[in-house]
Amino acid sequence: MNVASHVFALLCALALMAIVVDRLRRRRLRERHAVWWFLGALLALVAGLFPSLVVDAAEALGFEVPANLLFFVSVVLLVFVAIQYASELTALESQTRTLAERVALLELELRTLRGDDDQREESTGESAS
Amino acid sequence: MSSHSVLVVIPAYNEALSVGEVIAEVHEAVPGAHVLVVDDGSRDGTAKIARRAGALAASLPYNLGVGGAMRTGYQYARVHGYDAVVQVDADGQHDPAAIPALLARLDTSDVVLGARFAGEGTYRVRGPRKWAMAVLARILSRICDAKLTDTTSGFRAINADAISVFADHYPAEYLGDTIEALVIAHRCGLTVEQVPVAMRARTHGTPSHNPFEAAVYLARAALALVFAVVRPTAMYESRTA
Repeated sequence: MNVASHVFALLCALALMAIVVDRLRRRRLRERHAVWWFLGALLALVAGLFPSLVVDAAEALGFEVPANLLFFVSVVLLVFVAIQYASELTALESQTRTLAERVALLELELRTLRGDDDQREESTGESAS
Repeated sequence: MSSHSVLVVIPAYNEALSVGEVIAEVHEAVPGAHVLVVDDGSRDGTAKIARRAGALAASLPYNLGVGGAMRTGYQYARVHGYDAVVQVDADGQHDPAAIPALLARLDTSDVVLGARFAGEGTYRVRGPRKWAMAVLARILSRICDAKLTDTTSGFRAINADAISVFADHYPAEYLGDTIEALVIAHRCGLTVEQVPVAMRARTHGTPSHNPFEAAVYLARAALALVFAVVRPTAMYESRTA
């Protein structure tokens, strides 16, 4: 690893960390989502500062090529993030579903309380569609 | 059972052509029952037609599928204290004349299915899809400890105990509303039985007889079944006492 690639790796790691911290600061990223990215940035920084650590760790874990350890860790990290997103998406879907059901029932109750008829409905229109 | 405390729930997605007729038939078959059409995000004015036909109509803001529509219906039934809910499809496939036969069995069972292949009527499904449904029926019969031949029937009646379970736990996934619902019923201590009913040909759309689609159907059904069985028991505890 020459000096240029060393500096480049460090800059990338620092940029990633700066982006994550800035997003957190502006509340554009919630902590529980940021934790994986922050972990990734931290690992990248450590690997950039001390490349020999990566080589040693790869050897200890039986990786023939040290870079493969980095790829492996990256993929594991991304898989965790993907699973977390899928599970949060599921939770959000279930929440919007519940809201939709509530809205439908509340509209029905409102209509019943008002004693609405078809004419009223036609003037307000099917605003949802 | 007094039909005044019966709510007939009709989940409807773009069924403006047939829903009016179905409502009229329901009123004729069970004169005292209230009819609630859950308009599942239709764009063809299904809800308006339902109201003109004398039904209550709840409009979901967007399409949730049959499971979401039925859960809405069960929640309405629970809030208003109905003793029984009957689910009837909006496409005219289910003959409302069979509703009293379903309701009559609610004294002995909590969930009563209207089964299409139990001897009555002319509704037929052939080939691989039929085998897939037979396998499902056999497994669910064993789980629910009842003789069931048509587990994917959407024609069913449930009593107040089942209403309070389904208002919280009715599954929203594809096939969940039929298959998983039965497993949930059993796991919550409800009893299930079936009554043979005649079915009419669907007014539009035909069941598929493609072997590949049948295989996909069976695989998805099997998945729904497996997850229904392995779900943690805590999920079925009542959320709203």
